[in-house]
Amino acid sequence: MPTFTAYPAQGYRARVSTYWWLGRRAYLKFILREISSVFVAWFVLVTVVQIRGLAHGPDAYARIQHRLENPLAIALNLISFFFVVFHAITWFNLAPKAMAVRMGGKRVPAIMISAPNYIAWAVVSAAVAWLLLRG
Amino acid sequence: MADKIAIEVARYTPDRDTEPRMETFEVPLRKEWVVLDALNYIKDRIDGSLSFRWSCRMGVCGSCGMMVNDEPKLTCATFLTDYAPGPVRVEPLKNFPVMRDLIVEITDFLTKLSKVKPWIIRKEEKPVTEGEYLQSPEELETFKQFSMCINCLLCYAACPVYGLDPLFAGPAALALAQRYNLDSRDQGSDERLDILSQHDGIWGCTFVGECTEVCPKHVDPAGAIQQYKLTGTQEWIKSFLMPFGGK
Repeated sequence: MPTFTAYPAQGYRARVSTYWWLGRRAYLKFILREISSVFVAWFVLVTVVQIRGLAHGPDAYARIQHRLENPLAIALNLISFFFVVFHAITWFNLAPKAMAVRMGGKRVPAIMISAPNYIAWAVVSAAVAWLLLRG
Repeated sequence: MADKIAIEVARYTPDRDTEPRMETFEVPLRKEWVVLDALNYIKDRIDGSLSFRWSCRMGVCGSCGMMVNDEPKLTCATFLTDYAPGPVRVEPLKNFPVMRDLIVEITDFLTKLSKVKPWIIRKEEKPVTEGEYLQSPEELETFKQFSMCINCLLCYAACPVYGLDPLFAGPAALALAQRYNLDSRDQGSDERLDILSQHDGIWGCTFVGECTEVCPKHVDPAGAIQQYKLTGTQEWIKSFLMPFGGK
């Protein structure tokens, strides 16, 4: 039993096109944001496999890296990188909408919620870059 | 400026048409005219059978919401000159069944609205002799934005989730539930939690965010729903971490 709907409505009801998300820029952006999760999952999978390789020693890790050195994997990783960045930016920009923090009777401005996210992102990225590039 | 503009209006007569058809009318293009003025001109001077809802003509009643060039708009606040040289396409609000011409069936929304209990709930009413329930300007500020909703349903027309799944409670109903949840005089948030945290409630929302974009009263239903998702999650965690579900 549906929670909110009591009866089937009467009148002419237009069928929603399968391609409804192409009709409006905002809808397309939304669908891209949703699809980005697939690529985030791909990145997670690659990382897990790499960590597993590391645990099995330098040879196993080198084999995995070698397997990733083909145009298809590089192209997929490039596309995934774009989507992961898109995912992060849209997520951080949406965060202030979901968090209505009030201080001194006033709502904290959106930038105060999103900026710490961006700063944390930059700090973690810099730390990872330092770890990878220092030697 | 041209002195006329073409208006393409969706026409649909139940029992006669199997689906809506477009009919074009020429109306005077005047600087101060909104789309609703054009529709009234058509009804008064060209075709009296054209059916549409309207009342206040000043963005308060929420009756005249329609799709104008595929965007959900209050036709009383949408100027013809912004669409010159035209044509302007006027269709009934998307995602609702069409009853006739530009009139949509909104009982579904009204049913949904009443389900979220959009009124002040008190565990115990205090006697009238004790006076009114007082509220500070700060307390008012926490929900005032959500209380500006005029039930015009532009947000439902902009919501692809509601279009694809009519069981979804939808933006305005959820924003109005949040309006009462945040009201310092209200004690009904526990009662609303059960209904709002259903699959068809807040979790149906995928945060497309277009409801907020099209809202003529800047209610921000998308924000209200996401904020309630946080509350709902906190309550869910409390329900199994705390004795007696944190009640």
